[in-house]
Amino acid sequence: MKTLVPLKQTVDLVEELELNDDGTDVEREYLTFKLNEWDEQALEEALLIKDAVGGEVTVVALDEPDADQSLYGARAKGADRAVKLTGDFAAGVSSHARAAILAGFLESQSFDLVLIGVQTPEDLDGQTGVILAGMLGLPHASVAVAVEPDGDALKVTQEMGAGVTHQLRIVGPAVVGVQAARAAPRYVPISRIRAAMQEGGLEQQPAAEVEAVSGLTVRRMYAPQSSSHAEMLGADADAAAARIIEIIRERGVLKV
Amino acid sequence: MSNDIFVLVEHHGGAISETTNELFGMARGLAEASGGAVVGCLLGSGASSLAEGLAADAVLSVQAPELAAFVPEAYAATLAALVAERDPRVLLIANTTVGMDVAGAVSGRTGRPLVAYCSAITVEGDTLVVTSQVYGGKLNAEVQTASGAIVSVVGGSAPAASGGSPTVETVAPPDLSGLRTTFVARVEAQSGDVDITGEEILVSVGRGIGGEDNIELAQELADALGATVSASRPVTDAGWLPKSRQVGKSGRKVKPKLYLACGISGAPEHLEGMSDAELIIAINTDEKAPIFDVAHYGATADLFDLLPALTDQVRAVST
Repeated sequence: MKTLVPLKQTVDLVEELELNDDGTDVEREYLTFKLNEWDEQALEEALLIKDAVGGEVTVVALDEPDADQSLYGARAKGADRAVKLTGDFAAGVSSHARAAILAGFLESQSFDLVLIGVQTPEDLDGQTGVILAGMLGLPHASVAVAVEPDGDALKVTQEMGAGVTHQLRIVGPAVVGVQAARAAPRYVPISRIRAAMQEGGLEQQPAAEVEAVSGLTVRRMYAPQSSSHAEMLGADADAAAARIIEIIRERGVLKV
Repeated sequence: MSNDIFVLVEHHGGAISETTNELFGMARGLAEASGGAVVGCLLGSGASSLAEGLAADAVLSVQAPELAAFVPEAYAATLAALVAERDPRVLLIANTTVGMDVAGAVSGRTGRPLVAYCSAITVEGDTLVVTSQVYGGKLNAEVQTASGAIVSVVGGSAPAASGGSPTVETVAPPDLSGLRTTFVARVEAQSGDVDITGEEILVSVGRGIGGEDNIELAQELADALGATVSASRPVTDAGWLPKSRQVGKSGRKVKPKLYLACGISGAPEHLEGMSDAELIIAINTDEKAPIFDVAHYGATADLFDLLPALTDQVRAVST
């Protein structure tokens, strides 16, 4: 089984998000980027498939901030190939443009399966995986929580909400958007990632020139103003705990 | 281009989904503003009677054996053919698993623009103006796009509408003979572990709990309160708690008497599952976390100080 896993660097949501001067996007210059958490799940699922039936896992990333770290991290975990697609992506890349770039890359690859994170926090124009599947006319499934080889096909478990799942049988090549791998993403110590970096072996090639534009124009971005807000109990643990006890006793939740 | 507002009708086991009815609630105002009709797109196999009662002017019913269950590839091919032929002003799709699977694929197949995570939409002349929730609900984006777009809408964005009597037009399906996806089974929720939807008090942990070993802090408080520990998605995805404990869009919808959110930032998908709780108390060191917009009370104290303090005080008053 040849599996391809696109990796995307996304804004770390733990950080304060500042807007650019015209208020139409986050200010990317000073932000920390990290591997999209769902892509990490997709990579784990790809490695689980390789563990079970063998094959090859290729990770591919656009040359975005700290992409090398993620690509070498994947190599350290067991990915066979790591490819960096070069180009100028400083202004951000829409999901449609990303899908078109990946479609261009896939033209030169043989693959049975693309596993990709089901979404990223910035998918304003939709999720890359399914757009890619649509562009290539490939079968697809989103919100997958298990992707297992099943003879010459794939058994995909799709989460439908409220604990319900659907099972699909898909004959590849296919694109599957992973919500969660069957196991928590494996851990590799930083020393192994450093060793992978020293070993090198990152393949590089220019990203396909694409015309795909999202067709969206952002007028403005803003922090949502909620009509309501919690009554704040402060930052002191003991005082806040005392108030919480009072509140839940008043409400009859704590019946003492 | 027609001025019609299309809505994808989502249904499982002969029942229309609640989010579909919300889309019809949203579509009515858009249809009035654009001078078109509200049109439901009903894909299924022998399911055209589900059109009855939808809050639409018309329903396009596409029935084929391949559409008997949700097969992403079949839905995408059918909807792509339908919008290519009818050219609606907008196609509204709910941001469910079905919606996430279909919206992008139809956009990729047809080249129509797609706006995801929509919470509000208006028509300005030929332009659509959509408000979307991005960056885990930390920011709203107001975007404009040309008519003809596909818009995926988050749950709870409009009041549900039903009770119409639409005309039904049967539309032939496209060629679905080359599908490579087969629907195997629908698996209902597993019982076994606790059913968090029936619990009166939930101590719910999010990413801020930091690691599996720290779940114990929440469990001790839950034990003292006679409560159950639930979680947001990152915690169950990491395997720190079983899936059956997950609250939110892809987990369970809960309505306890007390929901104590510990280290949960409050992404829209999570809020969808718990915002109806009677009393919500949130603990998060980030004072700007969206969870505080739905919580009744909030504390920015460190979880690792506050949870043990709470446990001690509950024990003190309980004995």
